[in-house]
Amino acid sequence: MISFLLYKGILSGAILALTLLVAAYSTYAERKIAAFLQDRIGPDRAGPFGILQPLADGLKFIMKEEIIPNVSNKLLFVLGPCIAMLTALMAGVIIPWGGTLIMDGVEYSLQIADLNIGILYVFGVVSIGVYGIMIGGWASNNKFSLLGAIRASAQMISYEIAMGLSIIALIIMTGTLSLREITLLQTGGVGGDWNMWNVVYQPLGFIIFLICAFAECNRTPFDLPECETELVGGYHTEYSSMKLGFYLFAEYINMFVSSAVISTLYFGGYNFPFMNNLGLDHNTITILGTVAFFLKITFFIFFFMWIRWTVPRFRYDQLMNLGWKMLIPLAVVNIFLTGLVLIFMNR
Amino acid sequence: MLTNRSKVVVKKEMNFWERIYLPAILGGIVITIKHLFRRSATVRYPEKKREISAIWRGQHVLKRDDIGAERCTACGLCAVACPAEAITMIAAERKKGEENLYREEKYASTYEINMLRCIFCGLCEEACPKEAIFLTDRIIETDYGRKGFVFGKDKLVEPVDQRVDVSKRQTPAVLEFKQHKQLTHNK
Repeated sequence: MISFLLYKGILSGAILALTLLVAAYSTYAERKIAAFLQDRIGPDRAGPFGILQPLADGLKFIMKEEIIPNVSNKLLFVLGPCIAMLTALMAGVIIPWGGTLIMDGVEYSLQIADLNIGILYVFGVVSIGVYGIMIGGWASNNKFSLLGAIRASAQMISYEIAMGLSIIALIIMTGTLSLREITLLQTGGVGGDWNMWNVVYQPLGFIIFLICAFAECNRTPFDLPECETELVGGYHTEYSSMKLGFYLFAEYINMFVSSAVISTLYFGGYNFPFMNNLGLDHNTITILGTVAFFLKITFFIFFFMWIRWTVPRFRYDQLMNLGWKMLIPLAVVNIFLTGLVLIFMNR
Repeated sequence: MLTNRSKVVVKKEMNFWERIYLPAILGGIVITIKHLFRRSATVRYPEKKREISAIWRGQHVLKRDDIGAERCTACGLCAVACPAEAITMIAAERKKGEENLYREEKYASTYEINMLRCIFCGLCEEACPKEAIFLTDRIIETDYGRKGFVFGKDKLVEPVDQRVDVSKRQTPAVLEFKQHKQLTHNK
């Protein structure tokens, strides 16, 4: 029992540290990639190649004056960023970061909790995330914050529908909600038993899910909640110091987690091509698989940033049109197509 | 219409592929990824400086003559020539015994250039009949306030022991122009 607790404790501690590290360096990566895509150099003063920039930023956030507006609801004002951060971190629990490691004959899974309703848990946690933004925006007692918060909640609710529908087609195909089982169903692939990644069977579902993930993370082109040209700073207009840092950080953690979820659901998770044909032992495959998984995540984080510096922000009516009139019908069509194909395949 | 380059804007209905945005977005991300591999247009400034032209017009210098006396006689032609009205000066009379400080009987007791107004056109240099003011290849240093940008004689007059080389600005065209001795200001 104690060894079980120890193993889970170490695993969750490691994943927490890793998530925070990745989120911190995402801020640096964002600025660097932005610079490279715009033919600039980017931050390069703090340490070699500016590698210590996240530390400097964090220090700056902590040293800054903490302002809580007099007219705000102080409890909720502090609670907002906490909820945003908490829910962002919670989703990492059910993601299978790797296969299993066998040490002294005991099998240790590199996943904190294998819930049999994994995807539903992700959706639930992500939905709570909107409370962080909504509460923060409302408690600020500022019209711009409130407008940003209302936009955020409307946007997240709208896109969650399309996201959920796009997942249903995947669930019909795999027959499970557990993320580990979905990953295991994609084992093999190229070179093996030609058991391809889900993106091959669900291209439409993948595109819908990807677009919705952008909207859920409030990333450009769907960053209307913090649209600085219209709303000053959106829901975090009144925030300063580390509370603002928490909101910005939560966004990057969300990005990391959604990249992980996309990789798990559609790109085979910790599976990589030829994994069962190289004749490697179990533990090596697991470690290589985790590396492959992080490479996939890195690619998707890069993709998030790449899109940010390519596509301009949508107008609010375009956003709603896209969500309700394009993505939801497309997702429903996708469900029907998947169902029909499965019925004909079984015959 | 004057340039004959005006175009009539046609706002036609978008077709299906344009309406779903995805092909356009794909085109966009191809463009941005190309820029990832392009050489960056900026330089790491304090360590690496861009090459500047031989006739670069930077911070002014008030020259001294060979014995170290100030050449400026406070005639005010530079101030008149200045399109940005950046130059002001107060003239004073040379006292006895100051012959090694000021070349002529009249000199500028204060001479100020507001570097925030200055547009570095070089007209002061052209107007100067005494070859006293020149623009150099030095860059104006940054400051936190506006007052620091009003350069007085302490910053403008070249120190006797550290003469500022202005020969770089003396391009063949300039030297050719200076040979016309019939022009009064070349005398």
